Parts: sequence; C-alpha cells; structure tokens
Amino acid sequence: MPQAALLPRDVDLPLDLRLPRVGAVDAVALEARAGELAKRSIKKASKLAALDLAIRMMDLTTLEGADTPGKVAALCAKAMRPDPADASIPAVAAVCVYPNLVAVAKKRLAGSSVKVASVATAFPSGQSPLAVKLADVREAVALGADEIDMVIDRGAFLSGRYAKVVDEIVRVKEACGSTHLKVILETGELGTYDNVRRASLLAIAAGADFIKTSTGKVSPAATLPVTLCMLEVIRDVHDETGRIIGMKPAGGIRTAKQAIQYLCVLKETLGTAWMTPDLFRFGASSLLNDVLMQIRKQRSGAYQSGDYFTID
Amino acid sequence: MAAKTPATRAVPSPLEWEYAPAPEAREIVRLEERYGLFIGGERVAPRSRKWFATTSPATEEHLADVALAGARDVDLAVQAGRGAFEDGWSTLRPAERAKYLFRIARLIQERSRELAVAEALDGGKPIKESRDVDIPLAAAHFFYYAGWADKLEYAFPNRKPRPLGVAGQIIPWNFPLLMLAWKIAPALACGNTVVLKPAESTPLTALIFTDICRQAALPPGVVNIITGDGSTGAHLVKHPDLDKVAFTGSTEVGKAIRRELAGTGVKLTLELGGKAANIVFDDCALDQAVEGIVNGIYFNQGHVCCAGSRLLVQESIYEPLVAKLKRRLRTIRVGDPLDKNTDLGAINSRMQLDRIRELVASGEEEGAEMYQPPCVLPEKGYWFAPTVFTNVAQSSRIAQEEIFGPVLSVLTFRTPAEAVEKANNTPYGLSAGVWTEKGSRILWMAERLRAGVIWANTFNRFDPTSPFGGYKESGFGREGGLHGLEPYLRFDR
Repeated sequence: MPQAALLPRDVDLPLDLRLPRVGAVDAVALEARAGELAKRSIKKASKLAALDLAIRMMDLTTLEGADTPGKVAALCAKAMRPDPADASIPAVAAVCVYPNLVAVAKKRLAGSSVKVASVATAFPSGQSPLAVKLADVREAVALGADEIDMVIDRGAFLSGRYAKVVDEIVRVKEACGSTHLKVILETGELGTYDNVRRASLLAIAAGADFIKTSTGKVSPAATLPVTLCMLEVIRDVHDETGRIIGMKPAGGIRTAKQAIQYLCVLKETLGTAWMTPDLFRFGASSLLNDVLMQIRKQRSGAYQSGDYFTID
Repeated sequence: MAAKTPATRAVPSPLEWEYAPAPEAREIVRLEERYGLFIGGERVAPRSRKWFATTSPATEEHLADVALAGARDVDLAVQAGRGAFEDGWSTLRPAERAKYLFRIARLIQERSRELAVAEALDGGKPIKESRDVDIPLAAAHFFYYAGWADKLEYAFPNRKPRPLGVAGQIIPWNFPLLMLAWKIAPALACGNTVVLKPAESTPLTALIFTDICRQAALPPGVVNIITGDGSTGAHLVKHPDLDKVAFTGSTEVGKAIRRELAGTGVKLTLELGGKAANIVFDDCALDQAVEGIVNGIYFNQGHVCCAGSRLLVQESIYEPLVAKLKRRLRTIRVGDPLDKNTDLGAINSRMQLDRIRELVASGEEEGAEMYQPPCVLPEKGYWFAPTVFTNVAQSSRIAQEEIFGPVLSVLTFRTPAEAVEKANNTPYGLSAGVWTEKGSRILWMAERLRAGVIWANTFNRFDPTSPFGGYKESGFGREGGLHGLEPYLRFDR
C-alpha cells in the first residue's frame, strides 16, 4: 500500500488545539442521513462496478480460536481467485488473520497482490499491558504482516484517560515502522456517536493510517451511521490538515446490498476519490460469496444456488 | 474549526462511479383522457363546459384534461355537500364515521405506489419524497383523525362539540394529496361534509382520491371535489351556503378571502406563506446541521411554506459551515422526478419558475453573492438549480419575500438575542429551526421566536399529532393534532 506518499509523517494534528473543539454529533440526524443514503437505488452497470470494487476492497477475515493453517490456506486461495469459474473477478485486498497464522498466509499469498493483515495488541479486548501489546505488534510485523489492525484501550477511553489511548497508538505506530496501521475503535462499546467522533480524532492524531469500526467480536459491529460518523471525521481532518485517512467498516456486513449502501455513503461523503482499496476496506468473512452471487445474477439474469460458490 | 492552512495534497481519483438511472415504473398510474367533477358521489361533466390541461412540469407532457368548474358547478357541489350533511352524515354514529376514515386510510396505503407516482408525475417532486413523505403522511392523517371521530366529547370535555356543516376547502400545489388529507380528514371526523378544490396545476391525486372515496363506499356528497383555477376558488369562497372555509396558499389570496368573508359569520382558517429562519449556533453538530439546512430549503424544491429559507449562522462558524454547505450542494441530484435517486425535482409550473428567476435576479442586483453547484438541467420542463446566496442583507428582497423555490439566503448573527431579533423581523411567522447542542438554549429561543412551529436540531418534520399553523401574515388556525379539530366544530357551551 503506497502509504508513504499518502500519509506524510510530518503533518501533525494540533491535538491540544483540536480536542476542546471535537465537535458534536446529532444521533437522530446522523441516522436519518444514513437511512436516506441506504435507499439509493443502484442498478445495472453501476451495480456491477460497485460489486467489483467491493471485492477489491475486501479484507477477507478469519479470526477464530479454531483457525488452522489449512483453514487459512483455503482462505488465501479464495482471496486470490474468489470465483474459480470466472477469471474476471478480481482478487480481494487482503486477508486478515491472527499473528500465529501470518506466516502461513504470507507464504500462500506470495507473488499475489493480496496483502496480509494481522490483528494485534491483545485483540479483541486490548486488556493487556502495553509491553505485551507492543511485543504482539513486533512479532506480527516480523512474521511478515503488511498491515496491523490494532484495538484501542476502551477501558482507558471510557474512563476519560485519553492520553493513555493516544500514547498507546503512538507507541504501536512506532512498533509498526513502515507497516500500515489500522486502528479499531470498537464502536459497539463506545456507546455514543460523540464518543466515536472523539475516538476517531484521537486515533488519527496519534498516527492511524486507517480507522476501523469493530473487531467483529462485539455487537453491534459496523453500522451505516457509525461509518458515516467516522467518514465525516476523516473529511474534517482532510479539510483542516490535508491528511488522508482510510476507513474500514468491519463486522456485520454480510450482503452485497449492504456493501453497496456503504459505497453510496462513501461516495456522497468523501467523493469518488476515496473509492479505492487504498482508502476504504470492508472487513468481512461471509460477504464475498453474496457479492459473487449477485455479480453472476447481474450478468446472467438468474440466481444460482449456494452450491455454485465455494465455501472456504 | 481551525483556520490552519491545509497542506493540500491531491487525492487519487481511481473511479468515477455514477449511479445508473433508476426510474420508477409509471404504468401503475392509468390516466384517463378526461376527468369530470366529483359531485354527489358521481363523476360529472362540468356545466361550464370548460376543460383545462394538466401537464408534467418535468417534461411539459400533457397528462389529462380536467374539468374547470364554474359558478353553477360550485353551487351543485355545495348543494350536494349540504344534502349529505343533512341526510345522515352529521348524525351518523361517530364510530361509523370513523370506519369510513379508517377505510380511506387503508386504501391510501394500498394504492400508495400509484399515488406516489401520480404525485411525482403531476407536480414534479422526486418520487422518493412522494413515496416516503407525502403519501405515508396523508394515510397517517386519516388514521389519526379516524381515531378522534368518536372521542370528540373527550377532546373537549363539557363543551358539547357539534359539526359546522359544509366546508369549502382550497389547497395548494406543493403537497397535493397531503394537503387534501390535512383538510378532509379532520372535517369528516367532526361530522362535516366538504367541497374541496385542488390546485390548478396538480389535480391528479385528488381525482384518484375520488376513486378511493367510491371504494370506501363513502356516502355520496360527503366529499365533493371540484377542479378549476382561481375563478373556481373565488366562486367557492363566495358561496352563501358554506359554514366554513379553509385555505392553504399565498398570503395575497388569503387576505382577499378574509376580506370576502368578513362579517359573514363563516369560520375561517388560513395557512399562508412563510420566511422561516433556520438558526445555527456554533456549538451545533455541524454535519447534521448542514443536512438540516439542505432538508429545510431543498426539500420539495423549496415549495414548502415552512421552508427554512433564511439561514441565520453564528459568525464564528460562518466559513466552515458555508464551505460544508456548498460541498453538500454538489452532491444534490437534480433531474427526473421518477428516478429513485433524484433529490431535487422540477419546479411546479412555468409561473413559479418565473417568480423564482425574478427574485434570484433581484438578489444578484442587490449585491448578494450567488452560488449554484455545477449541474446539467434537462432542456424540457421547468428547472432551477439549488442556489445559495451569501452576503445577504436583512433588507434585501431575497431575505424578506417568500421565494418558494430552492433558494437559500444566508445571514449572520453574533448573539442569541440578535438571532431572535433577526428571526422575528419578518411579516411571517410559520416556522423556525434552532441548531445547538445546548438544551437550555433551545428552550430560551423557543420562548422568544414568534412562529407556529419551532424545530430543534431537525427541520420539516411533520406528524399528524402535532398542530401546524402560523403567526402574523402566515395565517391563523391550526391543522393537525387536537387543535386541528377545533376549526371544524362549534360548541353548544
């Protein structure tokens, strides 16, 4: 990912100036706007383009205690060639795994465009000492991860210890070196959109390349309004500083229809400039097959049963 | 927001993703060539022998011919209303009246797609608005007043409410079926009969409604619908056998009606123009305020009497707010009203378009700065791009007169007191909006703003349970809610 060009390290948000003016979010109006955008009717060529893009933006994910090298190998095959029957289907952006499986994924994906993302920092709770979290990150990077998905310390955030939250992200960013950093806010635990906005700004100020909604382990995970709220923060940061931050909604996005709704929100909030895998990702495990099914429906005019799409 | 010089960097532009056309099928509306008047439960040809065309403002396509009711037709309609009133409707068991209203409400729901398409076709409003706002709200009004029909004694304890008689009702073209519902539902619930005149440019949904009355087996003469122009309305208002007149429309016509009815004892409610202030404080939720501003003035092409047409912005957030607003304007999709992704449809009529153009030209002459996003307007039909004027003086015409189009005038203020002063400094008083995260300030403002409806952190929200109406030149009387029953009742004590 060409992050060096996009995200210069020398531009800093003036955090001390910024924090007193975090700004507010009106929940009713935010949800109403997301609801309006969800009703966009996307047809024909624009639907196909959206579905193709959704695949290229996908972080195909498996984060289970039961993950094995075999499971991850299968996922990697799917990531590189999502539809064995159709070579025109692009590869996904990345696979997302636990650190222990980074090496397997790296080997399987060698030579392809698909990146390896690893969760780290005592994922999913983040409730470990900083030294453990940093070691977690360093190990994942050493094993070859291209991208690190860290979690923020929600315990610190919700008790008002924002400096600790920022500090940790700064340290993790250092540990990442040139590895791309996504910061998971776990919005389902933050309780309000005001908190989501505040946490987004903290993460960006501390050096996040991407901000990400959820671990997928907490319900609700990604929602359309919460994504809109975070995209508005990204827009404000770009307006004020020129910094370009990416966005990753993760968890709960299971259908092609949902994915298209997210793309509509993205287009009408940040514009088509953000419609690239470099700046927008879907974290999902079961979305891909529905997208493949819809593409085939769109092309052939008929739905095919689930048996025509591989389960990996 | 901080005025830090942005380190501008080109954002990569990988994909120009455009929405493909997504038109709603119009076949669901089966238009007849000619629509007569609906009098005494029958479709009849006009005695005037006059007809006029109704067209689609988006394409100038001829849709149907509609009867133009003359004095004799109006008289027949009022007679039919009187007959039905005396012949059982006014003395019908209230729960029976409610049944008819519930039936109508359900039929509107059942035929909602057809009505939504007809509304978009005839009036030029986007299908997403007619589908999601106009038609569901119209059904909700009938449901709501159906519920009151047998509870009037409880609505007005110890006052013995009685129906008035025949109501003459004249409605505007901006929300044709919804305004019909606002008028007919409370009138019928209270035991009155009605003669309703839809607007000249948007008669279609009212004509479809006559079929709904038939389906609901509503007794003949309870609802009479006479189409026509201003002369028809004048005949109706002057008719000596009316007990009640309800008018929604321009302040100018409202004044004429009031002069006409002075001293006659006919009850009157007027819902007239507005020039609402939408007041944005610096502690508001900025992005959501921008949405509210857009909804306030560009909803229904700004053809809304309570539109937030004067934006009052606290000076400290003027620049970021206007920048955000202009950017948001660039995402507004102007075009085919039947396309499900259209945000801004066609201007309702040539006449209205001319008026908007005239006022916008005056704004430019008076030195205000105009912004319109780049957008390609269709060649045929009546269109106007979403427009924002900044640098507007309180004294300029675009800050004083109702434009009734997608045109916003932006002014600034420094303190809450100044905001109140500027907001109230208008002959109108229909609505106002307040945007702040501070609850106490909302209440402080609401106490001082002279407007019938005050929205806090939202705009253009309607609900049948909530009364609506104006101060000063915006009219008097309330529609909706418990208050909306009173104009259709007399009280024995």
